[in-house]
Amino acid sequence: MIPAAFDYIRADSAGHALELLAEHGDGAKVLAGGHSLIPLMKFRLAAPAVVVDIGRLTELSYVRDGGDHLAIGALTRHRDIEVSGMVGSQAGLLAAAASKVGDPQVRHRGTIGGSIAHGDPASDIPAALLALRATMVVDGPEGRREVSCDDFFTGFLETAIGEQDLLTEIRVPKVPDAGWSFQKFNRRAQDWAIVGAAVLVDGASCGVGLVNMDSRPVRAAGVESAVAGGAGAADAAALAADGLEPPSDLNAGVEYRQHLARVLTRRGLEEAGA
Amino acid sequence: MQVSMTINGTRVSLDVEPRTLLVHYLRDHAGLTGTNIGCDTSSCGACTVHLDGEAVKSCTVLAVQADDREVTTIEGLADGDVLHPMQQAFHECHALQCGYCTPGMIMAAVSLLDEVPNPTEADVREGLEGNLCRCTGYHNIVQAVLQAAADGEAGL
Repeated sequence: MIPAAFDYIRADSAGHALELLAEHGDGAKVLAGGHSLIPLMKFRLAAPAVVVDIGRLTELSYVRDGGDHLAIGALTRHRDIEVSGMVGSQAGLLAAAASKVGDPQVRHRGTIGGSIAHGDPASDIPAALLALRATMVVDGPEGRREVSCDDFFTGFLETAIGEQDLLTEIRVPKVPDAGWSFQKFNRRAQDWAIVGAAVLVDGASCGVGLVNMDSRPVRAAGVESAVAGGAGAADAAALAADGLEPPSDLNAGVEYRQHLARVLTRRGLEEAGA
Repeated sequence: MQVSMTINGTRVSLDVEPRTLLVHYLRDHAGLTGTNIGCDTSSCGACTVHLDGEAVKSCTVLAVQADDREVTTIEGLADGDVLHPMQQAFHECHALQCGYCTPGMIMAAVSLLDEVPNPTEADVREGLEGNLCRCTGYHNIVQAVLQAAADGEAGL
């Protein structure tokens, strides 16, 4: 399988990438590591006229201490997050989720920004960022804005990133003392999750992000408020699938996914110490 | 467009379309057919090569993304007639049946030992999760990687 023909332009800075996106608009797609975009292009589900390659912008690959949060460059690879001591100690849930993305080859290329810009409900990283209550930094023609993870994932493969915008940074609150668990259920090691649950328990507050349980990455809001209200893991987890519309496919039907969401959330809450 | 890279120590520069995948650049343009195409969907790992020393799936990398980078393929591992220690271990442990997954499996295994020099059996099985053997010959493959790791430790 070969992608449809396109014009290739390599951006030499984030500013240059924004100029190129302003020039080419909806005909352009941003290429980071390529592990979401290139498969789509090979299947001809995406056929951009112009590919803007930001893959060499080392200025967007970093993990920095931002005070109360970690600032992670959008181009930081899954592998680098997986082995980052700072991510491991301050937001261990994210490091665990990164270690479960695809396989080692995929993690050598795929980036945190590329993964979430893809907006796939089956991806691992968005669920972890929802549980951690991360904020995305998006640069665009009107300047820089911060988008809460709750406003970021807007639909199936759709996000708050506009056609002329560039996701540049992900800000993850530091939670060094929180309990966490990343539960990924699949049939083969490298597969997408059939359902996954990212769970964070930090004192009285709780965050639960779910993988593959709706048309977009979602949080299990009912579980979060139940835990905050003092419910035990089993009672809270019983609410995990409430109000969600999981897909039905070859791997699992709706009822099975709802069941998995409840079981994985319970296991996650127990492991995280809720 | 002109895409240049160093493949197995040799500088290569070829005029290809931007949509050319790295695996096609290697096989069809540079004539290095040791790298196999299996699933073509970044699942099976048959097309694994090293890009700047790390295992990647060359069916999911554009050749232009490897422009000015270092690529190592299965052809680049041996030193003349002397097999790379991982190739030697695969040979001694009979870590292949049909052989189709072998080039990718070896490239992934070499990358794994770069990152985890003393792996447990579980580390090896997990580290090779991105490579499928349709003959299901995993047992000997895992043994070969463990032997290569032990040989490396012994300075062989």
